[in-house]
Amino acid sequence: MWRGDYAFVLQNLVLKDFKVRYRNMSLGAFWSLLNPLIMMTVLTLVFTIFMHNTTPHYALQVLCGLVPFNFFTLAWANGTTSLIENAGLIKRVPIPREVVPISSVLSNCLNLLIQLGVLFAFTLASGYGVNRNWIWIPVLCGLFVIFVMGLVLACSALDVYLRDMRYVVESANTILFWMVPIVYSFDIIPKAFQDLYSLNPVAAMVMAMRNILIQSAAPAPSLLWKLTLASFTTLGVGWGMFRVLERRFYDHL
Amino acid sequence: MDRIVLDNVSKKFLLAGGRKLLRGHVRDLIRGGPEAFYALRNVSFTIREGESMALVGSNGAGKSTLLNVITGLCPPDEGRLTIHGRLSAVLELGSGFHHDLTGVENLKLNASLFGMSRKRTAELFDQIVDFSGVGDFITQPLRTYSAGMIMRLAFSIAIHIDPDILVVDEAFGVGDQAFQAKCIERMLAFRKAGRTMVCVSHAMETLRKMCDRAIWLDHGQVILEGKPDEVFAAYQGRPVSSV
Repeated sequence: MWRGDYAFVLQNLVLKDFKVRYRNMSLGAFWSLLNPLIMMTVLTLVFTIFMHNTTPHYALQVLCGLVPFNFFTLAWANGTTSLIENAGLIKRVPIPREVVPISSVLSNCLNLLIQLGVLFAFTLASGYGVNRNWIWIPVLCGLFVIFVMGLVLACSALDVYLRDMRYVVESANTILFWMVPIVYSFDIIPKAFQDLYSLNPVAAMVMAMRNILIQSAAPAPSLLWKLTLASFTTLGVGWGMFRVLERRFYDHL
Repeated sequence: MDRIVLDNVSKKFLLAGGRKLLRGHVRDLIRGGPEAFYALRNVSFTIREGESMALVGSNGAGKSTLLNVITGLCPPDEGRLTIHGRLSAVLELGSGFHHDLTGVENLKLNASLFGMSRKRTAELFDQIVDFSGVGDFITQPLRTYSAGMIMRLAFSIAIHIDPDILVVDEAFGVGDQAFQAKCIERMLAFRKAGRTMVCVSHAMETLRKMCDRAIWLDHGQVILEGKPDEVFAAYQGRPVSSV
């Protein structure tokens, strides 16, 4: 069996992903900084000027939503196709296969870090200070990444068997944009749907970020344990599915 | 000590397998699934420590499938496979390379995929670059390399991994004559050190130099097993089929 250096492989695969994505662009990783700012500007323009939304610090609200949402959609979509894109590796090099989707998620984490930097800078520029509840941010991000990894392990393995998977993910991401409080606030959700709505870990993540950065409040305990439960369950199920489906990867790639 | 033991190993592929969309799966459910094709059927043999096995056979005989089974890339459908020791495989030189990464980056990535540790890679780095002979190009992106240079770098990494068992598929036709001679010399040294090898190639002369046992595979079955000279003679004297 493979007895290599997991950390070394993951590091190399993550760096490869990251470098390949940005090396041939003159602006490089600057794009992952620019992208959420452009989206934020457009959304703020449409919703405050065209549609007269008067929420204070609307742009910051939007950015709080966009950063976790962007990470989630990109990591999910890239992760889902990661096995197919690295078919050469999967079929030709005897490695533990889970390193491929996992490294795909981790390389998106580098992006997340850059975008969080933008978000923090923008928060400070909007006149909000650092508060002690910021220490919850790494905890939340860690749980969120675990959730995404579980999802990506399952979806990437399914994508090997059902190539339609990537389109399912794409469509789900389009729907998700409206099912997460990015352009609106959670309060407008009808009471009857609020519980169901907040079960979505992406929505929970966005609400927690707003709580911490704008209201200077700690995330609700109920939200924390729900997210913990969702993350580890997803990781467990995803890992299990990957283990089972992995056996026939060779035949289907 | 037994390094590789195959006991009645069979591997079948579904003829309609792979690249299916949802409707394909639905059709299979209704019609009872696609037909199976045996790429390997009841293959049994044992390779002991220090032995070097050559696999020959015409295209489609199942040689590559057999190597993939041994390396664990595709688990057998029937039978048992046991591997003792650390195995490294060179199935396709340059798999895992990326053209936009530099030689240095590709070297590290590839070495780590083959199971080399961070420390060992750092120690062997200069030696690997030296052996490959790519020189200053090592800091350049791989797309600036010639095909021969890419293969030389890949082979150089593979040969430095230093496993107990080395599985090689058609890899020694690499580079110019000088480099080929260097590779063969290196693999002979590997054998002398008491390591185990499994080689697939159509280059009988090279195989004769490197292997002390041989298997002729046809239609997924072992036709003949024995000394390389006997097996190669039988294989070369076979009636040539249209497959």
